[in-house]
Amino acid sequence: MQFMLIMNETEAERNKRNDPAEAGAYWGGWTAFVQAIQQAGIVINGDGLQPPHTATTLRIRDGKRVVQDGPFADTKEQLGGYFVIEVPDLDTALEWAAKSPAASGGSIEIRPIMPPPPQG
Amino acid sequence: MGDARVTPAPVPGKDRIVETVVGAARASYGRLIALLAARDGDLAASEDALSEAFAAALKVWPTRGIPANPDAWLLTAARNRLINAHRHEAVKARGMDEILRRMDAPSAAREPIPDQRLALMFVCAHPAIQEDVRTPLMLQTILGLDAAQIASAFLVSPTTMGQRLVRAKAKIKAAGIGFKIPDLDALPERLEDVLSAIYAAFGTSFDAVAGSDDCTMSLAEEAIFLARLLVSLMPQEPEALGLLALMLYVDARKAARWGTDGAFVPLKGQDATLWERGKIIEAEDLLVRASRLNRLGRFQIEAAIQSIHVQAPITGTTNWAALRSFHELLLTHRPSIGAFVSYAAVLQAMGQGRSALEVLSSLNASDVSTYQPFWVTLAAAHRACDEPAAAAVAMERAIGLTENPMVRAFLLRERAG
Repeated sequence: MQFMLIMNETEAERNKRNDPAEAGAYWGGWTAFVQAIQQAGIVINGDGLQPPHTATTLRIRDGKRVVQDGPFADTKEQLGGYFVIEVPDLDTALEWAAKSPAASGGSIEIRPIMPPPPQG
Repeated sequence: MGDARVTPAPVPGKDRIVETVVGAARASYGRLIALLAARDGDLAASEDALSEAFAAALKVWPTRGIPANPDAWLLTAARNRLINAHRHEAVKARGMDEILRRMDAPSAAREPIPDQRLALMFVCAHPAIQEDVRTPLMLQTILGLDAAQIASAFLVSPTTMGQRLVRAKAKIKAAGIGFKIPDLDALPERLEDVLSAIYAAFGTSFDAVAGSDDCTMSLAEEAIFLARLLVSLMPQEPEALGLLALMLYVDARKAARWGTDGAFVPLKGQDATLWERGKIIEAEDLLVRASRLNRLGRFQIEAAIQSIHVQAPITGTTNWAALRSFHELLLTHRPSIGAFVSYAAVLQAMGQGRSALEVLSSLNASDVSTYQPFWVTLAAAHRACDEPAAAAVAMERAIGLTENPMVRAFLLRERAG
């Protein structure tokens, strides 16, 4: 079964990426997690994302394009990266999510991947 | 106190009522559920009836006062609800009637209700119940924890946990699993299931390797409560004593496990003055009591291993030879991945890095691929054998598999040297 692990980070956690005092532990933790999950042979896909201020959001409303700087909603935790994994069940997906640094530095939403729509 | 027969005291304040109801819920929940469900094995209906009884208490007691025997009041209220729910069925509650009549007698106002919790524990850990739901079932029926709390501790979604609990209760009723203590010939095996279920609530990651005793995510207090209960109900079972001793040794070190800044402190670096002496003394006594019963088992051996660790600060040295013997004994009694990894850690600490590596490499790769203590121990063993490259690879994997952020930070610092 495929799940997406949607990893959200707080601003404080994300700022560790460039903080000389914290960057070593931050990247050390992430690199080790990424290797461990890769070595488990369950990763379909996954990426880290540039910070939310680099986002651009587009909507079409009443036939007009609305382009905005920034993420679609300004929330305490922002999307920082994702994995799509193939595991037997939700319990296993939860186990991997718990090992991710995002579990303590934010939150992880775990969602099953939708199967392709039925062919009419 | 004096006369126990007093009619309800003048109506106390709302806070006192709530306090009494909450107190009764905590102290008597499992007792009441065990008694209600023993009648027909219907745990779900018993839980519903009891929670309605608690709700009724919150409504009635403020106007009529707290009854002399709150437990008996709750039992009567819950039982009436059960009877209403089953009105169409022939109610066979003669035993219950007798209990209630005795409890209603003035002299019995403070007498505790009969204890069926031991039988309930055996029901929860029955072989017909799926292993992963035995502990949750015990936590819910005996301690009254809700599904969401239990789900978080076991890293399962609350919906899934709720469904598992509902299915397990339906199975108990449908399969007619009896509310009784197993016969003597079946007792040892069935008791082991009960002990394992209690131990699972305590958390399992701490026991594998000396120095990674991390059990912050567990329900340690609840597990110790259950083990105490089991010991009080079966005082002649050495493994029950051993399990309680084991958990007390580990729990006694709780305060020393985290530094003032919240950082993780491994066993060998802990300030032993922060260990809770009372718990350690209690654990030692339990272990002595267990050994007098002359039936050695897995939990007594694991407790003995903890006992040796705890003695180290007193004697000034760790008795590695004894640790090694107890680990070898454990492997003959109960060979598990955790026991092998722990044994390797002892060998490595004794300066036998090469033997440690041999033990570790004898394990099945698929069994250990996500087992964090294996990788921590492997890294230490490679380091001891002067193989820095292999040590670094193992350490990287260990860090990637660590759930606790404080332990992860500790390992990152270790790696940096």
